[in-house]
Amino acid sequence: MNINILPINLVLLMLLCLVRPVWAELTIEITQGVDNPTRIAVVPFEWQGIGGLPEDIASIVAANLSRSGQFIALDEGNMMSLPSEQSQIFFRDWRVLSQEFLLIGRILPQLKSGYKAHYELHDVFKGTLVVEGDIKVGKDQLRDAAHLISDKIYERLTGVKGAFSTRIAYVAVDRTEGKEDQFHLKVADADGHREITVRDSMEPLLSPHWSPDASKLAYVSFEGGRPAVYIQDVRTGKRDKVPSFKGMNSAPAWSPDGKKLALVLSKDGNPEVYIFDIASRQFTRVTRHFSIDTEPSWSADGKSLIFTSGRGGKPQIYRKNLVTGQVERLTFDGDYNARGRLSEDGRYLVMVHGQQGVFHIAVQDLKRDRLRVLTQTQLDESPSIAPNGTMLIYATNEGDKGILAFVSLDGRVKSRGPAKFGDVREPAWSWR
Amino acid sequence: MELTNSFKNALVALLLTAVVGCASTGGSDTDSSDVASGENGYGAGDRAALEVDENAASLATQNLLKVTTFYFDLDQATIKPTSRSALQAHAAYLVENGGSAVLEGHADERGTREYNLALGERRAQAIARYLIVLGVPSEQLETVSYGEERAIRRSHDETAWALNRRVQLNYGQ
Repeated sequence: MNINILPINLVLLMLLCLVRPVWAELTIEITQGVDNPTRIAVVPFEWQGIGGLPEDIASIVAANLSRSGQFIALDEGNMMSLPSEQSQIFFRDWRVLSQEFLLIGRILPQLKSGYKAHYELHDVFKGTLVVEGDIKVGKDQLRDAAHLISDKIYERLTGVKGAFSTRIAYVAVDRTEGKEDQFHLKVADADGHREITVRDSMEPLLSPHWSPDASKLAYVSFEGGRPAVYIQDVRTGKRDKVPSFKGMNSAPAWSPDGKKLALVLSKDGNPEVYIFDIASRQFTRVTRHFSIDTEPSWSADGKSLIFTSGRGGKPQIYRKNLVTGQVERLTFDGDYNARGRLSEDGRYLVMVHGQQGVFHIAVQDLKRDRLRVLTQTQLDESPSIAPNGTMLIYATNEGDKGILAFVSLDGRVKSRGPAKFGDVREPAWSWR
Repeated sequence: MELTNSFKNALVALLLTAVVGCASTGGSDTDSSDVASGENGYGAGDRAALEVDENAASLATQNLLKVTTFYFDLDQATIKPTSRSALQAHAAYLVENGGSAVLEGHADERGTREYNLALGERRAQAIARYLIVLGVPSEQLETVSYGEERAIRRSHDETAWALNRRVQLNYGQ
């Protein structure tokens, strides 16, 4: 073939296709995985359109699955062939590479705009098709397609719903010597990509919490020098200020039906938990105690609230049944247990667990009443559980910077968030 | 002997100190007697001290008014005895001159952010209550807690933590 007959721009495109995107600085580092992770080869998807693709679906899927700690994705450099349909697969090759599963696919341009991604998951030992599917997305949504495929594969192979199509909200801080700190409320995909800034402020922003439909964030802003709770639509930026009072207006937590916010007000001189009905804009008082009551969080059925209280002398987590009004103490191990979050099935309580001034993330099995410390670093805080209940994200410190890290609820899988997150804290995982 | 208003207030402050004691919050680590014996150099029952030169006294007051940051122990919202003389000077100043003051409560980084917001508020309220008992109208005072969000020092050590557990008194316009 004489290269001169090819238009120069096509040659350039071909060259561009050879240059793979550099994800190095974004890689989430798996620091600990399960003992026998499933071995899967994710072959680069064949692109059947013209020009290059803005995203590499296969590498996004491979990174997602690896990040779960339950999979090891085969390095593309070790692949002997790059099949994109069943007829091109030589299962023997993949058996030689000790792969258990093979994911292949192709991407087709759609008539007007956007893409159709076709994926096929094959069982290498049996040489059979496990599952296949098509996902149609808009032109800026290739990453969404990759996350959806990751969810499908993960669910098929583990029996647990994937949580790759979720988002994470967090607070980033710009700290420049001699300048006031700047606070940014940000949102990114669970893999750290597609970060957007939701709010900038010269005053502290804290305690972001997602609405159950993942369209809005409730958070605390100190703009104007006084704290107030705001509800902001992530896509449109439209904001609504929750009526604020003298003292604290803090710790918002959306109810599972999305109609109410539990929050903390100290308008009567002492921090107490209230429920704010978003439609009627009415407040109902939940706690009544002279000590600190804060950090409310709902059970999945919306029938009870857990909260941190100093009523026992030290911060511990309590649960209030909203139907009977009964309050029970949930935590007894350690001298500081706070900011609890319940898993969706209500069985596990994750929290900041302090023992003699050292703070780790811990999980308590409420059924067996057993507490397990999940992290080893110091000053760990703000645990937030993925909607599928497998992992949690939390904030910790590395040097003088705040970083985000992940740990599975069983403590077996650990990873650090991408460096792209910068100096960050207070991660909140979306409900879906 | 003619006492200025601020002097009278300071005197009232000292007498009240014994009454207020550790009314702030549940703590029991403070001993009110050491305050009554007078860190300022003029004890409540000490007549000679009241005849102190007014200029020297106002200089002392000026210096006390420069103290606008008050520190706290870990997980505590109890005013330290060493903070009292300066707070008494501020109380006297606020009573005499009117005007408003914002009490900004802060916590160190240990523990959760929201709990620390509450703790910072407790500290600011403890100071506010003390000033109110000393005669400052509550309308002149406002409290706001920043929890651990506005640290003075960033390092993760005991020195930084001690500096960050504080209430800052800022005069308004």
